[in-house]
Amino acid sequence: MTVLNARYATVAKLTLRCRTLATVLRFTSQRTLYKTQIFTSETYPHPFFWIMVCIALISLLPWAAFGADISLHGFFQGNYSFSSRPNPDGGDFKWAEERMQLKLVASKEPFRVFIKTDAFLDHIDKNGELELREGYIDYTAMNWDIRTGRQIITWGLGDLLFINDVFPKDYDSFFSGRPLEYLKKGVDGIRLGIYPAFASFEFIAIPMFETNDYPDSKRFYMFDPMPDVTNREKKDHATNIKNTEFALRIYRDIAGFDASLYFYRGYFRQPWMMPDNPMMPAKLTLFYPELSVYGASVQGRALDGVLSLEAGYYDSRQDRSGKDYTVPNPQTRFLIGYQRQMWEDFTIGLQYYNEYMHNYSEYEINHPEGLPKDKRLYQLVTIRLTQLLKHQTLKLSLFSFYSPSYRDYMLNPEIKYNFSDYIWAAIGGNIFGGGEKWSQFGQLRKNDNMYVQVRYEF
Amino acid sequence: MIRFLIVLLAGLLPFQAFALTAEEVMKRSQSAFLYQGKDFKARVMMKLISKGGQERIRELTMLRKNYGDDGGEQKFFIYFFQPADVKDMTFMVYKYPAKDDDRWLFVPAINMVRRIAAQDKTSSFVGSDFTYEDVSGRDIQDDTHSTVREEKLDGKDCYVIKSAPKAVDVDYSYKLSWIDKGNFLPLKEEYYDRKDALYKVFSAEEIKDVKGFPTVTKRTMKNLQTGHRTEVSYVKSDYNIGIDNSLFSERFLKQPPKKWVE
Repeated sequence: MTVLNARYATVAKLTLRCRTLATVLRFTSQRTLYKTQIFTSETYPHPFFWIMVCIALISLLPWAAFGADISLHGFFQGNYSFSSRPNPDGGDFKWAEERMQLKLVASKEPFRVFIKTDAFLDHIDKNGELELREGYIDYTAMNWDIRTGRQIITWGLGDLLFINDVFPKDYDSFFSGRPLEYLKKGVDGIRLGIYPAFASFEFIAIPMFETNDYPDSKRFYMFDPMPDVTNREKKDHATNIKNTEFALRIYRDIAGFDASLYFYRGYFRQPWMMPDNPMMPAKLTLFYPELSVYGASVQGRALDGVLSLEAGYYDSRQDRSGKDYTVPNPQTRFLIGYQRQMWEDFTIGLQYYNEYMHNYSEYEINHPEGLPKDKRLYQLVTIRLTQLLKHQTLKLSLFSFYSPSYRDYMLNPEIKYNFSDYIWAAIGGNIFGGGEKWSQFGQLRKNDNMYVQVRYEF
Repeated sequence: MIRFLIVLLAGLLPFQAFALTAEEVMKRSQSAFLYQGKDFKARVMMKLISKGGQERIRELTMLRKNYGDDGGEQKFFIYFFQPADVKDMTFMVYKYPAKDDDRWLFVPAINMVRRIAAQDKTSSFVGSDFTYEDVSGRDIQDDTHSTVREEKLDGKDCYVIKSAPKAVDVDYSYKLSWIDKGNFLPLKEEYYDRKDALYKVFSAEEIKDVKGFPTVTKRTMKNLQTGHRTEVSYVKSDYNIGIDNSLFSERFLKQPPKKWVE
């Protein structure tokens, strides 16, 4: 019975933050939604990027005919991340790929088309794929503009901490030692900007729900509360008007501070788990509960640096009372950040972040025995140190997370060098430890990795 | 006695009007060098050249608008064309007299505008030998100015002004400036370190008349200790083009209008 209880409890409380990493363990990654496989393992490793070049050039033609200004840029990149110990599937790499990105811009005012496409050879899955990172059309009028298509949206003030940035993230990339830009995923939607004199407005509608990506169970050791229950089904949201996500940001300057208000109505992007039978689960359903976020932020110059404050109320619409153990409780999240240059080309950034769980007494009452329990207040601090040297061609940086709540941490030291205007390389590490076997960084303790990124830009 | 004094003062007046103090020279120089016109636009090519001759390029458009009098508030908008890893980045500065600037950077890869904390007094501008302060100017009252001598430089009559920082907030202990008596542009600057050794030299190599404003269109900053130098040339420049106030906003940092940056 004790065993059963523990099992029940663990399933029920596969909860917040990266503990939910485990929930996607047995699923193929979201990548397939985004990417089209163009080569199978049989044809690997054929040189395939010429196809992209041809596509890009062909797509230029109609624009050229309209007399639009066209530019084509991009990069070639090698990205390899070595695991400190063999992966769960025996592999030695968290990431290993060559990649080409093409950025095509065609503009003829008031229109502008932007396409950012990646093609890559993945040596872990042994295939080649095409990925549309961004692809949108802009229309710009005097006091408003509209962007339609796949686009990356970044809100909020946190440095790798997100309160009002409710848009999808790729944590698999983040923990695997890829360049930081791959942490952000695009959304397929419409963004309307309106700019009257008294404030600016950004209104976003996303009809196609996009989840966060979490590390792959073949490459990452993570806490899985129910390793025996392999029958798992993901319940995504259908693309329709009713399920469309809406977000609004209103911003302006107030006494020299950049002030923003945020509203979001949509869903959690991390999956939560519902067992078919709490006592003897045979199947787990992963679903994305309803979420609304109301937030605000201010940022400005203070104390010889830049001070940031951000807060958000996470209205978990399916469990406002906190009684349903399969859905997160409402929370208030808060962030204070401070950044300052200490001496020439050396900058320090500090952040304190917390999540306060509402209706904690209900959580405690409904919280089954025998499993790790969330604290009412979850706290996290971060520090970022950056030193630029040799005319800013050499960058030494350290970013670290530490949670006083669970005493777990992540360290990311990195050295980046620009050999010329075209070529840079970075070497870094991701080191995890401390805490509990289920806590955010503690569960990743066997996944230390060292990565190399080399890029030629054109 | 009073009559005598009046005569004496009257006699001195014309001389006082013509003999500028060192601070007045520097004020005029600041106006001529950094505040000309209501606004200004330049397509700028920077070459960062190492001791060994390796070159790196920074190509950008700089837009500047004045708010208030010379020496007062200014806004800058910078758009980068080259190199590829900073292409489409934009950078905005609200410059205030006698207090720290506000600065924002737009990172296109993640569509993010961020305020950045940087002290302009010692920070290098995009890795060049110029500091932010060299680009946007230093407050006149931060230094004690004195006229060292007057002499000709390349055939031009110059004031030679020594400016010593009142606080220890910069890398140099003092600076000598050769200010052209005719147009008040700085033709040369020498920076001396704390051991009194010359370590950085600015020189204005080409001055052109743009819409009636004498403009330094080619300049070099050379670091004598490292052998590194930065050559800057204005490929195109223009004044009083009617830059909208709205340009200096998050909206246009993210989507810089072609008509302003091209």
